[in-house]
Amino acid sequence: MSLINYSSREINVKIVYYGPGLCGKTTNIQYIYDKVTPETKGKLITLATEMDRTLFFDFLPLELGKVKGFRTRFHLYTVPGQIYYDASRKLILRGVDGIIFVADSQRSRYDANIESLYNLHENLGEYQIKLDDVPYAIQYNKRDLPDVISVKELEEELNPKHYPAFEAVAVKGTGVFDTLKAIAKSVLRNLS
Amino acid sequence: MVRTNFKVFEEDYWAINTILQELLKNSNSSSVLLLDKTGQLISSLGDPPQFDLHSFASLCAADFEANAQLAVLIGEKDFSTLYHQGSNESMYLARVESNIILVILFDKRTTLGLVRLRAKKALDNLSTVIRRLYGKLEYENEENTEFNEEFVQQAEVEIDSLFTD
Repeated sequence: MSLINYSSREINVKIVYYGPGLCGKTTNIQYIYDKVTPETKGKLITLATEMDRTLFFDFLPLELGKVKGFRTRFHLYTVPGQIYYDASRKLILRGVDGIIFVADSQRSRYDANIESLYNLHENLGEYQIKLDDVPYAIQYNKRDLPDVISVKELEEELNPKHYPAFEAVAVKGTGVFDTLKAIAKSVLRNLS
Repeated sequence: MVRTNFKVFEEDYWAINTILQELLKNSNSSSVLLLDKTGQLISSLGDPPQFDLHSFASLCAADFEANAQLAVLIGEKDFSTLYHQGSNESMYLARVESNIILVILFDKRTTLGLVRLRAKKALDNLSTVIRRLYGKLEYENEENTEFNEEFVQQAEVEIDSLFTD
């Protein structure tokens, strides 16, 4: 649910990175933070444990500048991936305008991806939202690692409806902006 | 399910700011903010903050929501107000209707009692404005001429130029 303020001429939209633990959600946001110009970004908030695992969320506000007189902002959030932080994930999905599901391409994380995707459907259901109602993209991360599952196989299991999908190596930045751009455009198109 | 955007119109924005301005003055607070439960900032008044307002708003919403979950666990519906006391700066947060949060930042120039007292009146007034706003959104024509194809195209150009390696 974006916020449109006709008086101050501002639009704020919320994009959430979802996915299993250690799939690279925070890495995506960190890469974006490192690469965008200082005037585009606000403060990066990370609520993490001592082991750098996301505890509650990461948050990064990005300002697009004025579009037809409206100052447009994207609020990027990540959810904690670990199974037992489900209450946090549910809260962060509240009012979501666009979702990026970051899948871990490694064979050893196959089941974790499926479980996390199922959890996403379940948590959206709590807000009476279906995935088809929200701009959505999937990112197949860690494509540079050995023993990755083929994209074809990942598509069959995780993306049978063929939502936009991107291959990525988030730690090197590959595919990070492609995924963000696709969702950002889709979210703003949804306003019209 | 049809998902609608939360829109704030000119008349409501000024009504909100008038209430916040009065609260700021009468409570002798440093700043007041109004945000929604998703962490989106609606308005802020008072001393220019030394921090990123949008990040602050997202944390306030998370704080409020996390406490609401704690309330449920102990058998309460929610905590409608929260108070965080610092040695110099303190915060008072209060729910307005179901989805809006008022945040008051104050220091030793005032007291919690006065802030709470002034906030009570402001909350009543804000509730009236927010209820009126919800009423408008319910009957609003879905057609939106501002966000047409031209808007989308301009936005896409901006996105392509800003989000690059």
